[in-house]
Amino acid sequence: MAKASIEARGDLRLTRLTKTYGDFTAVDDLTLTIPKGSFFALLGPSGCGKTTTLRMIAGLEEPTAGSIHLGETDITTTKPYQRPINTVFQNYALFPHLTIFENIAFGLRRRGQKDVKEAVDKVLNLVELPHLAERKPTQLSGGQQQRIALARAIVNRPALLLLDEPLGALDLKLRRQMQIELKWIQKEVGLTFVHVTHDQEEAMTMADTIAVMNEGQIEQMGSPAELYDNPETAYVANFLGQSNLIKGIISGNDGDSLIVDLYGQKIALPKNRSHAIDNSTYAGIRPEKFRISLLETPVHGNVLTGGRIEDVSYIGVSTQYQVEMPWGQELMVFEQNDDGVAPFNKGDAVNISWAPTFTFALRGDEDVTAGSEVQPQDIDEE
Amino acid sequence: MGKIRTPYLLLLPGFGFLFTFFILPIINLAQTSTQTRVAGGDTGEYEQTLRFANYLDAFVENKEQFGRSFLFATIATVLALAIAYPLAYAIAFKAGKYKNLLLVLVVAPFFTSFLLRTIAWKQILGEEGFVVPTLRSLGIISESTTLTSTSFAVVMGMTYNFLPFMTLPLYASIDRIDPRTLEASGDLYANGLTTFRRVTLPLSMPGVVAGTLLTFIPAAGDYVNAAILGNPNTKMLGNVIESRYFKIVDYPTAAALSFTLMAAILILVTLYIRKAGTEELV
Repeated sequence: MAKASIEARGDLRLTRLTKTYGDFTAVDDLTLTIPKGSFFALLGPSGCGKTTTLRMIAGLEEPTAGSIHLGETDITTTKPYQRPINTVFQNYALFPHLTIFENIAFGLRRRGQKDVKEAVDKVLNLVELPHLAERKPTQLSGGQQQRIALARAIVNRPALLLLDEPLGALDLKLRRQMQIELKWIQKEVGLTFVHVTHDQEEAMTMADTIAVMNEGQIEQMGSPAELYDNPETAYVANFLGQSNLIKGIISGNDGDSLIVDLYGQKIALPKNRSHAIDNSTYAGIRPEKFRISLLETPVHGNVLTGGRIEDVSYIGVSTQYQVEMPWGQELMVFEQNDDGVAPFNKGDAVNISWAPTFTFALRGDEDVTAGSEVQPQDIDEE
Repeated sequence: MGKIRTPYLLLLPGFGFLFTFFILPIINLAQTSTQTRVAGGDTGEYEQTLRFANYLDAFVENKEQFGRSFLFATIATVLALAIAYPLAYAIAFKAGKYKNLLLVLVVAPFFTSFLLRTIAWKQILGEEGFVVPTLRSLGIISESTTLTSTSFAVVMGMTYNFLPFMTLPLYASIDRIDPRTLEASGDLYANGLTTFRRVTLPLSMPGVVAGTLLTFIPAAGDYVNAAILGNPNTKMLGNVIESRYFKIVDYPTAAALSFTLMAAILILVTLYIRKAGTEELV
């Protein structure tokens, strides 16, 4: 059993995986396949069950129900040391009593591998820290420790590498740099990476596929572009970037388009971007998809009239406008500063327009604030 | 100027105390150790003759008790370590909200007198206690075997009495271990036993060293356990020193034995710390 599971390779399949602590359900009936060789991100706020999921894959928590397969091998009940899976822990968890070399060699030695020195030297070169081999972990900076933690895991060539908020302890600049490096290393070594994070930008930068988690379940899964362009729920729309969600009624059909009535003004959107289940809906548009124009300027596509600019924030690369609509809602608009200056002023009466293909439609019974409360905290951190 | 002097002034009471109650007695003891009996003098009357042969005589006469002191102290230390390590580990990692309660229980015996607790063991291990009849009925010891006044009772008493000194430093050391390093070890293909050998034990070495020293040093010089729980054939060096001083009034031999014991412990401890290599840790 142990021998067989350590040799397992292939896609990771979680089937109806559940973890409860007393009355609290951390992971709720989760079914998921992570293809071999992919960079997969589990994204969500703290408490959404992403870390518990990761710990169950690593074998550090035992599932209450469900199964975990790696390729054809069932690894649900095997011990962590019997799984061909390594983890980069949130605070690195390097062994303080061992040198960097011995930290990295730890897994190789346990498996009785030959040529330990060669393998460790190679991976130290990969993370560009060969000169630190004889140091102790406490003598390293946070960024260096992070790389050593990564080296200690990938040197074993696991079938699966788990990353638990690996960049959380680094400052913003270093984090951005490490994101790019991690992505590069994943391509270089060709391992399956499963990355847990609450940072949507981090997930979008690195992952091929993102699963957005909420209350122990997967809210939506797809490529970063799919999730951003066509979110299926308010939670995803708000958690990944920002969204304007406007209440409306689906009033008709026009070929491949749906016609939606937003407080008396009609707009169109492609049918395949609607996730509504009845006539009531929320139309969603990302702030940078909007265009602002003065009332006399002719416009195309979807148009909402009667706006008034309430607030202008110039932030260099773009300008953020708050536009109050006749029904009292304030919409957020990001305009690129192509001409160097913000062309509109507070108090201007304006139209808002956008291309119908940028619109998505959510169910009408959604909580429009879902997922958005996490956003300010995220910005604070950076 | 005043600011620089203040710390030294604050140290004065401490230095004064050490000088009066440590340095002076040591000097006095050293002087006594080379004295000889005044010819034709009273009992307890000695004069300084710088007779260093006192040391050799004292050692040769009491080789047996010397050996026994270190043997008993070593066994008691090993037993205390074997009992205290799992206990400290459990308190540090498994006790949860009962952590503080368990720590209080470890220290609780200190609230009664050392002497009283040792005498209590005499009763527990006596014919009327529950231990001997139970072991007899289970056939573990024969009908004629007793436990009081045996080497077993002495070592057991020392193990019991010094257990908190072993447990507390071990706990402090194990409690500092980040449990995630243990998870990381399992994640890196080490099973429970290997994780203990390669991660837990090395990381708890400062506690092991401190605990074994705090147990071994007082145990090697102990005489209460041997006096109360032992018999004339289980005498340790402490008992010899005590009787030389207070019963035979042979001050020079008692002083020479004290110095020899001190030197022997110092050498052993130095070798031990060298070997355990604690400076590598922390």
